[in-house]
Amino acid sequence: MKIITKLWIGMAILIALSPLGLILPEHFKAGSAWGEWGAEEMQKLVGYVPNGLAKFSTLWNAPVPDYAFKGWEEKGLSHLSFAYIISAIVGIALVSLLAWLIGKTLTKKGAEHKE
Amino acid sequence: MHIPDGYLGPTTCGFFYAVMLPIWAVASKIVKKTLKAKQVPMLAIGAAFSFVIMMFNVPIIGGSTGHAVGGVLVAILLGPWAACIAITVALVIQALLFGDGGITAFGANCFNLAFILPFVGYYIYQALTYRAPAISNRRVLAAGIAGYVGINIAALFTGVEFGLQPLLHHTAAGQALYCPYGLNVSVPAMAGEHLLIFGWVEAIVTALVIKFLQKQDTNGFPPKTCGNDTVGLNAETTNGRSL
Repeated sequence: MKIITKLWIGMAILIALSPLGLILPEHFKAGSAWGEWGAEEMQKLVGYVPNGLAKFSTLWNAPVPDYAFKGWEEKGLSHLSFAYIISAIVGIALVSLLAWLIGKTLTKKGAEHKE
Repeated sequence: MHIPDGYLGPTTCGFFYAVMLPIWAVASKIVKKTLKAKQVPMLAIGAAFSFVIMMFNVPIIGGSTGHAVGGVLVAILLGPWAACIAITVALVIQALLFGDGGITAFGANCFNLAFILPFVGYYIYQALTYRAPAISNRRVLAAGIAGYVGINIAALFTGVEFGLQPLLHHTAAGQALYCPYGLNVSVPAMAGEHLLIFGWVEAIVTALVIKFLQKQDTNGFPPKTCGNDTVGLNAETTNGRSL
């Protein structure tokens, strides 16, 4: 089997296991990453929401915030895990496509410079 | 380590966009010259690997979470400039589609994760594997150390960027406008959790994949290519050096 095929199989395994990245923090009661708190958490941590943070934290409305479908926040871990897997698949597809396109563009134009 | 919008002031955000623009320009110039057409699938899978490994949040019990980046591995396999492009692509999709990492902080996040991390990791790996045989445990160990140091230096930079904010931007009354924690809190927090936990995750991931790739090449030298794609241990990185 080609190595690249094996690596893609590994990628599929990572996709299937990806909900661990959601379930383990939940299980061990771990909160947000350091410095990635929302405005409410910030209020609890330091007693106020810094002005600039309040203004800019809602600047961008991501279509799939935190790898979860909008409106699914209260649906429980199994639904969130499903959304996480779909996010992984969509994300990997877009990231690899974009990187592939950049790679193709760069290697095509650079072809005459190569040895 | 993905800084969200609202944690860094405009000065810091602008500064890091200004720093990253020439880095991206040089990266595409160098990758254009050195990346081979048959390495393009590796670039794609490397970017995808970095994206998905960042979804594996590792908990600190009762505390915060963090994750590996996978960027040192991409740097070892394709060179630091190609890794810079691959990780930037992963960060773009994370920020735009999933709100993971801010838009205003995108330059800073790319500086930490797509520049500092792969470059530090790459040169440590190169130094530690000087004249090491392709299939040697020294390469596996070096990959682990490079992963560990790479992510920790990136975390240190992130901590400093957070910690400078209260100094740079505050109200007359002394309330912070952006990240409220100074260097005395942010640097120990970012450095500490990566030194103790997340650095080891990056080290293990990097070392394991290098070990796996070594095993694919036991049938002969020069190592077999995979289809059009040489990822073997003699595979040239985009810097023209061998793995």
